[in-house]
Amino acid sequence: MSAELLEAPATTETLTIGKALNLGLRRAMEDDPKVVLLGEDIGRLGGVFRITDGLQKDFGEARVVDTPLAEAGILGTAVGLAMRGYRPVVEIQFDGFVFPAFNQIVTQVAKMHARSRGLVPMPMVIRIPFGGGIGAVEHHSESPEAYFAHTPGLKVVAVSNPVDAYWGIQQAIACPDPVVFLEPKRRYWDKAPVDTSATPGPLFGSRVVRGGDDVTVLAYGPMVKTALQAAEAAETEGRSLEVVDLRTISPLDLEPVYDSVRRTGRCVVVHEAPVTLGLGAEIAARVTETCFHSLEAPVLRVGGYDVPYPPSKLEEDYLPDLDRVLDAVDRAMGF
Amino acid sequence: MTALRDETDDADIGDLHEVVDPVPGAGAPHLPQQPDLVQLLTPEGERMEHPDYPLDVSDEELRGFYRDMTLVRRWDAEATALQRQGELGIWASLLGQEAAQLGAGRALRDSDTAFPTYREHGVAWARGVDPLHVMSLFRGVDNGGWDPVERGFNLYTIVIGAQCLHATGYAMGVQRDGDGSAVLAFLGDGATSQGEVNEAMVFAASFDAPVVFFCQNNQYAISVPLERQSKVPLYRRAAGFGFPGVRVDGNDVLAVLAVTRAALQAAREGQGPTFIEAFTYRMGAHTTSDDPTRYRLAGEVEEWKLRDPIARLKAYLSRSGLADAAFFEDVEAEADRLAARIRSGTVEMPDPRPTAMFDTVYAEQTPPLAAQRAQFEAYQASFEGGEHA
Ligand SMILES: Cc1ncc(C[n+]2csc(CCOP(=O)(O)OP(=O)(O)O)c2C)c(N)n1
Ligand SMILES: [Mg+2]
Repeated sequence: MSAELLEAPATTETLTIGKALNLGLRRAMEDDPKVVLLGEDIGRLGGVFRITDGLQKDFGEARVVDTPLAEAGILGTAVGLAMRGYRPVVEIQFDGFVFPAFNQIVTQVAKMHARSRGLVPMPMVIRIPFGGGIGAVEHHSESPEAYFAHTPGLKVVAVSNPVDAYWGIQQAIACPDPVVFLEPKRRYWDKAPVDTSATPGPLFGSRVVRGGDDVTVLAYGPMVKTALQAAEAAETEGRSLEVVDLRTISPLDLEPVYDSVRRTGRCVVVHEAPVTLGLGAEIAARVTETCFHSLEAPVLRVGGYDVPYPPSKLEEDYLPDLDRVLDAVDRAMGF
Repeated sequence: MTALRDETDDADIGDLHEVVDPVPGAGAPHLPQQPDLVQLLTPEGERMEHPDYPLDVSDEELRGFYRDMTLVRRWDAEATALQRQGELGIWASLLGQEAAQLGAGRALRDSDTAFPTYREHGVAWARGVDPLHVMSLFRGVDNGGWDPVERGFNLYTIVIGAQCLHATGYAMGVQRDGDGSAVLAFLGDGATSQGEVNEAMVFAASFDAPVVFFCQNNQYAISVPLERQSKVPLYRRAAGFGFPGVRVDGNDVLAVLAVTRAALQAAREGQGPTFIEAFTYRMGAHTTSDDPTRYRLAGEVEEWKLRDPIARLKAYLSRSGLADAAFFEDVEAEADRLAARIRSGTVEMPDPRPTAMFDTVYAEQTPPLAAQRAQFEAYQASFEGGEHA
């Protein structure tokens, strides 16, 4: 090995999810001058979560744009910029404020490639801090992923950790299709070492993040940590949970899930969004169709109740937590 | 300015020195677009007349405005303190916007209806909403504890601009009923960029709806300055929709009262909507989560301090002999009592009942949700007495 290589600077840094996103965006902007960031308060302020901190200073106001306060405007102009060869990366300030842009996303962004017979791609990233648990007022804790996953033409991913945040945002930006990129806002401050010279795995792939034999627990975004905590707690009771971080919500990558369920025979899906017609419903159907003969119990879902996200004093009652995951595990084992 | 100060007899006003010395607005840079700005009380506390907006206001009302603004400011300070102490999740301060909110709020009649954003605590006060019913929202207990119909004051709307359409539709209903009431829609400068706000103005104009759009231009939408939202003064937008726009000094409670009253009266008389731009300033952070030092200069805030809405009314009241030291002391004491009541009422506020989240989702409860509620109750009960069964 050459002396040069031995002296190469360390490329592993401990980063929060927020900082990893910031560095990932920075690197994407360095790599591709067509990358343009659009959003409310993302410039001088660096975004309300500071994800774009310092980027306007370094890349200028033409590439990090503080937009007027209008989400339909942001998404609609992003469509035009994308048609013109730019790669817009849009920040929606909070999940609940994506809805003024919903029309543009589902009728225009999602369909442009198909309706132009592939002539007009939409390489765009729509970043949305999503989910609850931060004690916020209304509209700041929503989990709108199913709407987008239900819309053909959109890809939807949810990151759960700094490594995926760092690489995922770059991969999403490089992706030729529109990607709804969900960031687990209550986990923005979670830390992990990130090797910035590693070769990342594919963006649209799920991953087993903890091995186990008794029950397969599926989660994405903020609930991955909850699932891992549940697995740890279960271990002390002699139960072994396999945890899969779905990572990609559309397209789903369920092969690793099928492999797991064929071994465990039991499956629990966890998300913050309301259970009814949430991702868990789709996954339960597919797991049942594919692994029917391996199943020892029905696929169980743990999610938000079918009510509007409640005032913050009740969010702990509303949100799935370790106990509710373990309760579902108990029920799965009880069949 | 110095002349004013000299005229004041120190002996007469006793300990009211701070009222007129230094003169509140002395040296305040003039607001932009002076010729267009309706003002009835200068930053120095001088009463002016405006040909289009003669104001009929009693001495009692004038003192009432001082009291209202002082109490609301104290409430606001107490709420900020409570948030810092972890008793509220967040607070959106109205500091600096008291005159805009009380002037507009008091222009309403009982039978009128207002549609606020999330910052209109002063209007809530004018509508007789108990401050604790606002505190419960920011504490995360509910989404606002008042009865919107009874108070003629809609729940706070956090999704920027959405309420402007509701106000317009409500006004279309009022118009059909012909009861002579009017509707006041609140919005911020940032909100003027939203498509829905522009749609509201189209509908209001098209149907001559009895609605007044009251825009508090506090110069910022979080960190984004007005210039990003509009290249023209906001009040001039109205012309494009086909109804009048007025710019009023938003820190002048009398001008706001006069302009809003006139606009509501026009609406009542079938003359359709008006857009009012209350030119003001957000003295504090956007909310307690915000750090304004990242995007604006301290000097700007200092300039606006000289245009303080309360100081100018206090100067006017004391100089014109409409209020004496005892009055101001009484208001202070009342503010202290209010703050104490808000504090204890907030910290003692009971947490909501967890099952409440299931109970008002629908007017007619659905069987699946009722079943989910029952499961939820059983699950919660399984924790009672310690060990999860
Ligand atoms: C649709 C929507 N987008 C974004 C937000 C986040 N947000 C909350 S307040 C605010 C700025 C509002 O500015 P302005 O209309 O000027 O009102 P102000 O807060 O100054 O009173 C933003 C962007 C929101 N609440 N709703
Ligand atoms: Mg504003």
